[in-house]
Amino acid sequence: MALFGTLGEKLNHVFSKITKKGTLTDLEIKNAMREIKLVLLEADVNYLVVKDFIAKVTEKSTGERVMKSLTPGQQIIKIVNEELTALMGSTNAKLTVASKPPTVIMMCGLQGAGKTTMCGKLAKMLKKQGKKPMLVACDIYRPAAINQLKTIGKSVDVEVYDEGTAKPEKTSLNAIKYADKKGYDTVIIDTAGRLQINEELMTELQNIKKAVNPSEILLTVDAMIGQESVNVATTFNEKLDITGVILTKLDGDTRGGAALSIRAVTGKPIKFCGVGEKMDDIEPFYPDRMASRILDMGDVLSLIEKAQANYTEEEARKLEKKMRENSFTLDDYLVQFEQLKKMGSISDILAMLPGSNKLKLNENAIDEKQLAKNKAIIQSMTKKERQDPDGIKGSQKKRIATGSGTTIQDVNILLKQFSQSRELMKQFNGKKKGGLAGMRLPF
Amino acid sequence: MGIFSKFFGALKKTKDAISKKISQIFVGELDDDFYEELEYVLVSSDLSVEASSEIVEEVKKLAKKNKVKTEEDFKKLLRQAMTDILTLDEDEDTYPTLYTIVGVNGVGKTTAIGKMAHYYKSHKKSVLMVAGDTFRAAASDQLTEWSKRAGTRIVKYGEGVDPGAVVYDGIHSAIAKHDDVVLVDTAGRLHNKVGLMEELKKISKIISKEWSDRVQTYLVIDATTGQNALQQVEMFNEIMPLDGIILTKLDGSSKGGVVFAIAKKYGIPIKFVGVGEGIDDLEPFNAKEFVENIV
Ligand SMILES: Nc1nc2c(ncn2[C@@H]2O[C@H](COP(=O)(O)OP(=O)(O)O)[C@@H](O)[C@H]2O)c(=O)[nH]1
Ligand SMILES: [Mg+2]
Repeated sequence: MALFGTLGEKLNHVFSKITKKGTLTDLEIKNAMREIKLVLLEADVNYLVVKDFIAKVTEKSTGERVMKSLTPGQQIIKIVNEELTALMGSTNAKLTVASKPPTVIMMCGLQGAGKTTMCGKLAKMLKKQGKKPMLVACDIYRPAAINQLKTIGKSVDVEVYDEGTAKPEKTSLNAIKYADKKGYDTVIIDTAGRLQINEELMTELQNIKKAVNPSEILLTVDAMIGQESVNVATTFNEKLDITGVILTKLDGDTRGGAALSIRAVTGKPIKFCGVGEKMDDIEPFYPDRMASRILDMGDVLSLIEKAQANYTEEEARKLEKKMRENSFTLDDYLVQFEQLKKMGSISDILAMLPGSNKLKLNENAIDEKQLAKNKAIIQSMTKKERQDPDGIKGSQKKRIATGSGTTIQDVNILLKQFSQSRELMKQFNGKKKGGLAGMRLPF
Repeated sequence: MGIFSKFFGALKKTKDAISKKISQIFVGELDDDFYEELEYVLVSSDLSVEASSEIVEEVKKLAKKNKVKTEEDFKKLLRQAMTDILTLDEDEDTYPTLYTIVGVNGVGKTTAIGKMAHYYKSHKKSVLMVAGDTFRAAASDQLTEWSKRAGTRIVKYGEGVDPGAVVYDGIHSAIAKHDDVVLVDTAGRLHNKVGLMEELKKISKIISKEWSDRVQTYLVIDATTGQNALQQVEMFNEIMPLDGIILTKLDGSSKGGVVFAIAKKYGIPIKFVGVGEGIDDLEPFNAKEFVENIV
């Protein structure tokens, strides 16, 4: 169970033994699902949720026809990604407004999840939308928590109501009366962080809820949370019937599998994300982005879509045949360059590829000037030279360099790259690796 | 019930959970299905897939070799394998020592400092707190409250001040007063924020320049954290070599299993565990007991 590479790579490995396209077989799906299972677990998706999800996707994939323009691996990624996105719901950054103001929003969550900061962000966002929000400090336990909210309130220019360490349900009730009198239309209640297993403190939240009847009860969860996300979300939801979830600290590099777990066990929408320490760092939740983040595959799906649109089946088949026959020439290399250009800039494509955030991209590989140069070099060759690059001699190289406005060194580099690519293809052929025509980059 | 009583309490649920899960899957044959399920059980406690599968491979071998039949014998093997991972070489505490407490936002750094202050004071050490979090709203108020509770001195400035300046003054105050323990609080920062990590590097430079005695840097990890904890260790360790981990919020239902991967990969020992929000809810780490209370 070695853990390396991205999902894309792993799946390619799984599918390296498949030569024919057609429908996905049970064994192929089983092997692919094993990899996907690992990826999800590493992303902190709860293991029970993973099991469920895998069962669902397996069912979906069984008998699925592999689209001509995709490799089986890509086909699976496509299904997984679609399923994951669908599971996470739609973008839903709307807050319910009470029929009679003020609208009450109650925050809750574990210690250190980021509730207090999020209160400030929500207040600022609401202000921008023309609302008149007020904040209420109900964290009476953590030292200086009330001061923290006051400082935040000042920075976003929103009034903070507090009654020191009085009982939170009393404070919040009075706060609402106060807001009503002062003409505030939205009241955001900050509460102390608490463990969901702490009965006493969970009762306190229920009491606040009873006292103020909030339109929104938002569970704030640190995106770095692990397997416990399920227990936390389930308990808060059971006790309070939350209306939505906020994920914080998504500006970190966590994969954020909790998003999937929480959504799966509560069915409640994820409404906002915290993406930084500044008061403007709040975003709506985008299910599709979250799905690719969890799968660590960048926007691989849009890449797949682009490839589908641009790479005709005909071209793909021709190339595959050439690879099989080891008759790949510089002409084909040129076609590949053109292909890449059609699909968008190379750096765009590489950025979309799985794992590219971790990968230190080889600068040469993404240099579009280099691409143009290579094109010019190939175009300056005779037909014979393109068919048989190995036979190109020193004097010919000089001519090609002059013709393409490059140097002999450039020509050498290209020839070397080409022969490496060809070598690579031979290896694939040796392993009878099929279906690689679609996306494989010739570098 | 000894000094670990709270710790036991905190971990009991965990133990029940894992132990019960193992009992559920322990139905006769120790076959592949059993081991696959066991791996899930470990993963469900935030052990990384890699650590889990290595532990499973190890006990599988041992179970076969020792012809293990009973559930209790099997659990014993498992416990041993897990304890071995967490048992690391550590050097003795000497004084004076300056501890820098680092970590991402909200993990419990400031609280840990409050508790550590109390811990060292009860071991007859003189303690100074340095309010190096000048970023978060009211952070120094929070630490001040802890210094009152623990009855220790504190060096602090207002918000927005260069943390390096606070650290500098704190160190010289400690040297002048011959304090045994200096506890430096730092602002929470996500480990992938280059600018903030650079700031930490500056603080680290000031410490090594101004403080000639023993230094220790502890990374605080929230036990609810999943696999991202590994990234945190990796990045903080690069900026300030880590001497230890403080695992907080073990009073929750989280298992903190990610420390197994940390121990395996980085060999950084756990120093303390946080088991609540009270001043004495901090206990020195003990691998054997930690594991015995998980499985
Ligand atoms: N239940 C529990 N809560 C803790 C523990 N340690 C810290 N906390 C809480 O976690 C929250 C964040 O702690 P704080 O020290 O401010 O974190 P910092 O941002 O890392 O300094 C506070 O509400 C603390 O009371 C612990 O061991 N158990
Ligand atoms: Mg702090």
